[in-house]
Amino acid sequence: MVDAPSGRSLVVDAVTHRYPSGALAVENINLDIKGGEIIALLGPSGCGKTTLLRIIAGFIAQTQGRIIIGDGIVDALPPNRRSVGIVFQNYALFPHLSISENVSYGLAARGIDKADRQREAQRLLELVQLPTMAERLPRQLSGGQQQRVALARALAIRPSILLLDEPFAALDKNLRLDMQIEVKRLQRVSGITTLIVTHDQEEALSMADRVAVLSHGKLEQFGTPSDVYDRPQTLFVNTFVGSTNRMPGVVVSADRAAAKVRLDAGAEIIARPAAGALTEGGRVTVCIRPEHLQFVGDETGFAGVVGMSLPLGATVVHEVTTADGSGVKVSQARFGETRALESGAAVRLAPLAPSLANAFPATL
Amino acid sequence: MGAAPASRDVTSYGMGLAVPLALFFLVFFVAPLLQLLWLSLHNDTAGLHWGLSQYQHFLTDPFSLGVLGSTLLLGAEVTLVCLMLGFPLAWLYQRVGPRLQTIIILIVLLPLLTSVVVRTFAWIVILGRQGIINATLQSLGIINTPLKLLYTQFGVVIALAQVQMPLMTLPLITALGRIDPNLDDASCSLGAGSWRTFFRIVLPLSLPGVIAGCTLTYAAAITAFITQSLVGGGQMLFMPMYLYQQASTLQNWPFAAAISIIFLLAVLAVVSVFTTLGRLSRGYGGT
Repeated sequence: MVDAPSGRSLVVDAVTHRYPSGALAVENINLDIKGGEIIALLGPSGCGKTTLLRIIAGFIAQTQGRIIIGDGIVDALPPNRRSVGIVFQNYALFPHLSISENVSYGLAARGIDKADRQREAQRLLELVQLPTMAERLPRQLSGGQQQRVALARALAIRPSILLLDEPFAALDKNLRLDMQIEVKRLQRVSGITTLIVTHDQEEALSMADRVAVLSHGKLEQFGTPSDVYDRPQTLFVNTFVGSTNRMPGVVVSADRAAAKVRLDAGAEIIARPAAGALTEGGRVTVCIRPEHLQFVGDETGFAGVVGMSLPLGATVVHEVTTADGSGVKVSQARFGETRALESGAAVRLAPLAPSLANAFPATL
Repeated sequence: MGAAPASRDVTSYGMGLAVPLALFFLVFFVAPLLQLLWLSLHNDTAGLHWGLSQYQHFLTDPFSLGVLGSTLLLGAEVTLVCLMLGFPLAWLYQRVGPRLQTIIILIVLLPLLTSVVVRTFAWIVILGRQGIINATLQSLGIINTPLKLLYTQFGVVIALAQVQMPLMTLPLITALGRIDPNLDDASCSLGAGSWRTFFRIVLPLSLPGVIAGCTLTYAAAITAFITQSLVGGGQMLFMPMYLYQQASTLQNWPFAAAISIIFLLAVLAVVSVFTTLGRLSRGYGGT
């Protein structure tokens, strides 16, 4: 009964799952997760992240590939023998059982006697800061409290892996932040390997040690939050994580480290070939984040006309129409009296640094 | 607990709409029932002397009490058979694809679309001495002489169970459908096997449906005059036939009325036990 066991590793080895209809749910996913890591599975709805979670939990048998927890391949084990704790999106607390009975449910299934069960349930309820709620029913608790109970229930079985399925989606914004901090604290205390499924990029970036971005059943990128945000490997990752301006252009010259791109908006800029080498003369899409564009005074960069400025509190976002008629967003930090830009003002824009403009081969 | 005020609102503004039905019930249900009660309180068939002798007769007559007992027992047996067969079917319904669901619903509803008389005669064809079951078993050489299936308690229970099955299955399907499928997964991921999940989670949460189904099946089974009489035949006497004989054949109206009242009270007692259980189980329903 000691806390902070070293978490077990989790390997998703070339997992492919095909629905009975033949459609691919996930395709050749490889994830190598170290013990004690928090991993976020990030992607839009329908990208296969929940399917992957259910495969790891054992509710779905994958068509191909292996799931390895610690040293053991668990593919042949049913969910009740995988020792995987799950927190469901709607918490799935047993409505007819008290909070204490909910938390100790997994211990009862393991044949632990009643006194030990109750003691352990009480200890976990203290851990999630609900020590006085043991005798209540789930529906008498608020959403945030129910989530804490769901967490305590999952942790009670001392799982090798903790899976969280959209755990914060049903909470309002302030409570969500509290619970994110709480989950991260509990994860640190228990040292348990944790996988969070989410479509919320902020949640993924703020909570996870590494983020796996999925789209249409394929793994787009698996890396640290800064890798994913600053060095996206695919156009999808660049556009899905954070906001970005997509600017079409043609490659003028290129080597492995940098490419000179002539933007349709009318300027030559240096961009980073994010998805490998680019061919000269090929069309590309350059992604520049709004906060990575700056107004320049000289003749560098490209020209545009300010349409609208939106003060968003800490930042101001300007919408600028470029020479080719497309719109770009520019985000400026607000310090003191930010220079007011009137609608219709002519400006010139350039990326802050070449490494902050990512060029991807244009898809036809 | 949060739903209580809302549901009170719903009932408060619709009362006027219930008046036509209330009047209908008053004239065609409450009035005849009172007449029945009035009739049962007479000692002679002519209806001249007041008294409780009809009730006294019934309650001291072993034969009458036997009929009442066997009728209540029949209801219990039919209800049990329907529950044992209907629950797996309802459970299966929640776990198959939409096409199979349609087929199951069709199979469940089909008996309701044919007349009880037709279904009962079908059971006579199946269970008779030269019926399908006996003919098959004999041709296979499993038995030499036909089994007695028709005009037995077994035959009546089987036929009634088939006839009343939709009343059990439909509430069960509804109740099981209300259970969040994640609860199954949650129980399983916490290490519980299928049996523990069933007895600790699925069964307790489906209790409102079980009780509704049992109440309906029970009430329908013990009052099923046609099936009881045709499959049971002359040797098996149940309350509906008993009271028909007293009223129609023997013209003993006060005694028939007393039988009706006693039968009604017995049924109400059983049903109120069911509904009390239902109210207790709804303590945690929350929906």
